[in-house]
Amino acid sequence: MIKPRNVLVALTIPMLLLAIPAHAALRVFACEPEWGALAQELGGKLVDVSVATSALQDPHQIQAKPSLIARARSADLVVCTGAELEIGWLPVLLQQSGNAKVQPGQPGNFAAADYVHKLDVPTQLDRSQGDVHAAGNPHIQTDPRNIALVATALGVRLQQVDAANAAEYAKHLTDFSQRWQQAMTRWNSEAAPLRGVAVVSQHKAFVYLYDWLGMKEVAVLEPKPGVEPTASHLQEVLTQLKTTPARMALYSAYQDPRAAEWLSKNAGVPAVKVPFTVGGTDGAKDLFGLYEDTLQRLLSAGAQK
Amino acid sequence: MKRFSPAMFAAALYASAPLSVVHAAATTANAASTTADEVRAIKQELDALRAAYEQRLQALESRLQAAETANANAAAVASAPVEPPPAQAAATGGANAFNPSMSLILSGGYTHTSQDPQSYYLAGFQLPTDIGAGPGPRGFSLAESELGLAANIDPWLRGTANIALEPDNTLSVEEAYVQTTSLSHGLSVKAGRFFSSVGYLNSQHSHTWDFVDNPLVYQALLGTQYSDDGMHVGWLAPTDQFIEVAAEVGRGRSYPGTDTDRNGAGMNALSLHTGGDVGFSNSWRAGISTLYAKADDQQLTMLGTNGTTINNSFTGTTRLWLVDAVWKWAPNGNAIRTNFKLQGEYLHSKRDGLLTYDLTGLNLTDAYRATQSGWYVQSVYQFIPHWRVGLRTERLDIGSTDFGNTNLFALNNNDAPRKHTVMLDFSPSEFSRVRLQFARDYSRGSTADDQAMLQYQMSLGAHGAHAY
Repeated sequence: MIKPRNVLVALTIPMLLLAIPAHAALRVFACEPEWGALAQELGGKLVDVSVATSALQDPHQIQAKPSLIARARSADLVVCTGAELEIGWLPVLLQQSGNAKVQPGQPGNFAAADYVHKLDVPTQLDRSQGDVHAAGNPHIQTDPRNIALVATALGVRLQQVDAANAAEYAKHLTDFSQRWQQAMTRWNSEAAPLRGVAVVSQHKAFVYLYDWLGMKEVAVLEPKPGVEPTASHLQEVLTQLKTTPARMALYSAYQDPRAAEWLSKNAGVPAVKVPFTVGGTDGAKDLFGLYEDTLQRLLSAGAQK
Repeated sequence: MKRFSPAMFAAALYASAPLSVVHAAATTANAASTTADEVRAIKQELDALRAAYEQRLQALESRLQAAETANANAAAVASAPVEPPPAQAAATGGANAFNPSMSLILSGGYTHTSQDPQSYYLAGFQLPTDIGAGPGPRGFSLAESELGLAANIDPWLRGTANIALEPDNTLSVEEAYVQTTSLSHGLSVKAGRFFSSVGYLNSQHSHTWDFVDNPLVYQALLGTQYSDDGMHVGWLAPTDQFIEVAAEVGRGRSYPGTDTDRNGAGMNALSLHTGGDVGFSNSWRAGISTLYAKADDQQLTMLGTNGTTINNSFTGTTRLWLVDAVWKWAPNGNAIRTNFKLQGEYLHSKRDGLLTYDLTGLNLTDAYRATQSGWYVQSVYQFIPHWRVGLRTERLDIGSTDFGNTNLFALNNNDAPRKHTVMLDFSPSEFSRVRLQFARDYSRGSTADDQAMLQYQMSLGAHGAHAY
């Protein structure tokens, strides 16, 4: 009789043989596309970047699916937003990965939000306020100044975890920082017309963008963070806009556009889809494209009427 | 790549600027005899030239400055230790700062059945009385409230406990284990009480189930859900394809084992799971597992031919095989608006040993061999945000229950237990859910039990991350 244990052993052995390390490059596991793109900028050919989510997925709501566990298992460096953005899936992913290098507190675990000044830090923690994040608003990637800060920290981290190539990473960092500073100077002057413009957001996802551009958020379509817009709340926003008008309504590429479109139709303000991260729109092919496309969309919406 | 050198570029420009001015001056000298108008025009031209150069110089200077700052920043950070800015890293202190994260699940509901749950049995199966099979009490009732505590113990270990507060005011330790966090090579070790990782549904807590109750086959062959006291070693293959092997040894504390005082292990289990993605929209996991358990004087009840309950005792071994598969779909992997989940499991059990039949009557002991199996298939579809609908169909196979060369159950397999369930649930947020479920349950064979259940499930406190 075939012993069950023998069957399992027979199944396992060929899999062990498949398990030959395939890459020599530093394996970076990025939770969101913006960090994947940044790691690629700073690592170049030295890194093998795999991104856990796409721009069309809500980074709050991801499952610790088998493919992600397998990739976290062989990662040398995990680059995520932190600030509890990935709290529903990353802890279980890291626990199941059996990879000591990438556990919280290890050099192989990088949380971008640790290196920027966070906005919207709640004074009171209560779920009746919706899906609030104790550490503050986690959507830090909508401000290019944050990217500059994270880039510096990530560049240094890459030098630390892959010390043999430290000089190369330092070179990439200098090169990127220079190109980024120049791009920011350009964006800052281009974005001048957006200063002081009043806007409505679908989700409280753009506080850093508004902080950068000096835009004013007058209303949010979600009644509470993470709670779908309701008909009654949309009516309230519509009434509110009569006294405090807004110029446009912003929503992220991964979000259902219907609430913003409804407002657009009823309040006569353009609904603007912003890429939110790399890959969110055709124009947002890389980090530079992300901001160029965001600005272009905001400027053309602001120029209407 | 050759790097741009702003300093060199600026120096070149500084050098060329005076040359241009000299050239301009020479032009002016040649035109000394021309009229005052022409002089004025040339002066203007010169001014324009100077202004243009000043502008270009300013631009270059600012670029140089930016580049220098970037260099300086990089250099400064490179030499500094890699620490987050202190202002952001400040954690709140105090004696409670290291308290474990805490979560509480509150659950309860209302049950209506057309048959008396007291008379519940699984036709063609003998089960222990204490596993809680069947639809549970009728009317309003509180379900199990689950208190969860978890924290890192030290840099190498993490501890988790799930305490079940039963509606009858008793308390039970559902899970309590320590787990390694730093073994690497894809290895992890768990020790304590935990749900076995065999199958798909077995390791999932009841508040994550997609239906109010778990499938009949889990009730018939795993005592609703198999948890044990022991050790678990898991290994994840270093491949892009998810391949996970888990081996467990344990006390064999619950059905199909018995909580017997013995040296060595009363249970061992092995499971192999694999999975992956198909495009952005699909993900899957499938596996095969086996569990072996020893039973000593296991008290079982069955329904006799005249409708009375017969108490038996089993001593022997059980070999269980499980095959499980789950497939999940969401458009672009974004499950917010719509998503779909299909899962199914097949369980096969072989029991071998001695059975004492009718302890209070005949009290007859003889060899017993039973081969029984069952399966379920279920799907859940979220058709709009917050709303899901689910369907489940399942069937058990009585198989052969050979007791001293006669069949223990005089039953036709057409009367095997089967059940069809439909459910609708609404989740206002990811922390709350209300569910309505209807089932036509043929657990008793030919007699249908129509069940209607209304259930709520709420999660308080720490944001527990769920397994796939």
